[in-house]
Amino acid sequence: MMGMTPLLVAADLSKTFAKGGGRVVALDHASFDIAAGETLGLVGPSGSGKSTLARILLRLIEPDGGSVRFAGVDLLALKGARLRAMRARIQMVFQEPLAAFNPRATVAGALDDPLRIHGRMDRHGRKTAIAGLLERVGLDASLAGRAIHEISGGQRQRVAVARALATKPDLIVLDEAVSALDMSVRGQVLQLLVDLQREDGIAYIFVSHDLAVVRAVAHRIAIMEAGRIVEIGPAQEVIENPRSATGKALISAVPRLRL
Amino acid sequence: MTLLIRFLRSPEGVAGLVLLGLLISVALLASVFFPRDPLSIAGPALLPPFQDRAFPLGTDRLGRDVLAGLMHGARASLAVGIAATLVAMVVGALVGTIAGFAGGIVDEALMRIVDAFQIVPGFLLALAFVSVVGASLLVVILAIALGAWTGPARLARAEVLSIRERDYVAAARVIGMHPLEIAIREVLPNALPPVLALGSVIVAGAVLTEAALSFLGLGDPNLVTWGSMIAEGRNVLRTAPFLSIIPGIGLVLTVLGIYLFSEGLGEALARRRIRA
Ligand SMILES: Nc1ncnc2c1ncn2[C@@H]1O[C@H](COP(=O)(O)OP(=O)(O)O)[C@@H](O)[C@H]1O
Ligand SMILES: [Mg+2]
Repeated sequence: MMGMTPLLVAADLSKTFAKGGGRVVALDHASFDIAAGETLGLVGPSGSGKSTLARILLRLIEPDGGSVRFAGVDLLALKGARLRAMRARIQMVFQEPLAAFNPRATVAGALDDPLRIHGRMDRHGRKTAIAGLLERVGLDASLAGRAIHEISGGQRQRVAVARALATKPDLIVLDEAVSALDMSVRGQVLQLLVDLQREDGIAYIFVSHDLAVVRAVAHRIAIMEAGRIVEIGPAQEVIENPRSATGKALISAVPRLRL
Repeated sequence: MTLLIRFLRSPEGVAGLVLLGLLISVALLASVFFPRDPLSIAGPALLPPFQDRAFPLGTDRLGRDVLAGLMHGARASLAVGIAATLVAMVVGALVGTIAGFAGGIVDEALMRIVDAFQIVPGFLLALAFVSVVGASLLVVILAIALGAWTGPARLARAEVLSIRERDYVAAARVIGMHPLEIAIREVLPNALPPVLALGSVIVAGAVLTEAALSFLGLGDPNLVTWGSMIAEGRNVLRTAPFLSIIPGIGLVLTVLGIYLFSEGLGEALARRRIRA
C-alpha cells in the first residue's frame, strides 16, 4: 500500500462537546490516512473518540477543526446535492443493527432507498439489484419481503452491510459493527467483510474496542486514547511491539493475541 | 393490521370501541329517526320519560322531544369535539414538528407561544374567544382548539427531537437521502403515532368544553347540544330532573367511551414499541 495516493487523509480533526455544563474533548488533533482496499482498525477504550471520528468522516457531525480529503476532494467543504452525491462513495455500518433501520422498514425497502437515490435504475432493475445484494451478503432472496424487525440480528447486520454495498462505495466505516452480535455470528460477518473486500477492493475503517476482532481483519491498526491517535502502524507490528502505553495495556488485556 | 389486532385484545379498547360505535351510530341516525328540527315543539310540555310511546324520554318545558334532542345533541357534541380536535392536532403537530426540525431561534419563538397558550386554562381561552367573536359553530370549534393544540405541539416536538438523533436517521443521511424526504419518510411516520394517541384525550376534553360553553349559553344557538339541554333542564331541576340527567348521562358515556378507547390504543402502541 505504500507509495500509493491515499484514498482518505484526515488531518488534525478536533471536536469538543458541551456536556453537563462542562466540556468534553472528544477528538484532539487526530490525523491518519487510509489507502484504497485497505482495512484500518481503529481501537481504543470506550469514550476515546472513535465514534466521534467515524461520524465526522460520514459528515454526521461537523468537527471544530481539521480537514478530510477523500479521493482528492475536500470532504468537509461539500454541501447539499454535491455532498449527497459523494455519500455514495463512503458508507457506514452501525453497531446496533435494529436501531439502524426505520422500525417500519422491510428488507427490500431498506435496500431500495440507496439504489433509488443514487442509481439510474428503474423499479425492475432495482428489484434485480436487491436480489443480487442479498445474495452477496449470503442471504436468501426470499427475505426481501420481510420486515426488518422480523429477521435475526445476524441477518439484520448482513442487510446493513448490503445497504452499505448498494452504492458501490470505496470506503465503509464500520463502527463496532460486530460488537452486538453473538460470537458465532460475529465470525461469519467478519468473514463476509473480508470476502467482499477481496472481491471489490473496498477500504474499511473498522472501529472496535475489541482488539481481538480488529486483529482478525485489519491491515493497519490505529490506537486512540482521549481523542488522540497515539499509535498507528502495520497490524503485526502494533500487536507484537506496541509503543504507546494504551497499546500495551490493550494488548496485555487480550490473552494469546499473538497466536 | 397487527396494531388493530393488539387493540382488539385489550378489554378497555373493545369496551371503548363499542361505546363509541354506539354513540356514533346514534349521532348518524339522528336525522333518520327525527328528520324534524329537534328545536321545534313536538307535543305536550314536561312529559316524563317512559310514559308515552311517542316520546320515550319525555318532553321538555316547551314540549320538545328529549330523545330527538339527545340524538341530535350526540351529533353536535361529537362533531364539534372531533372537528376541534382535528384543528388542534393539525396545528399542534405542525408547530411542534417545525420547532423540532428547525431548532434555534424558530424553536425558541414557537415554544414561547406554546407556553403563553398553556398558561391560560383552555376553558377560559375558549370563553374569551367566543365572547369576543360571537357564537357560531366555527367559532366554537376554533375556540376549543385554541386551548387544545399545545399538548400535541409539545409532544410532536419532543418526538421529532428524539427521533432526529436515532441511528436510522443517521443511516438515511449516510445513503444520501434528501433532508425533506428524511423528515417526511423517516421522522414523521414514527413521531406522529403517539401524537395521534393523544387525540382521543383531546376529543373527550373538547366534548366537555363544548358542553360547558353551551351550558353558559355561548354555543351556537341554532344547534341542540347536550350542554344547552342541561342548561335548559336546570330551570326545572326540581320538578323534572330527568331533563338535565339524560344529556348528562350522554356526556358521561361519551367521555368514558373515548377514555377507554384511548387506553386501548395507548396499550396497543406501547406493546408495539416494546417489540420494535
Ligand atoms: N453528542 C455528544 N454530546 C456530548 N458528548 C459526547 C457526544 N458524543 C460523544 N460525546 C463524548 O465524547 C467522548 C468520545 O465519545 P465517542 O466518540 O462516542 O467514544 P467511543 O466511540 O470511542 O466510545 C465521550 O466522552 C463522550 O461522552
Ligand atoms: Mg463508540
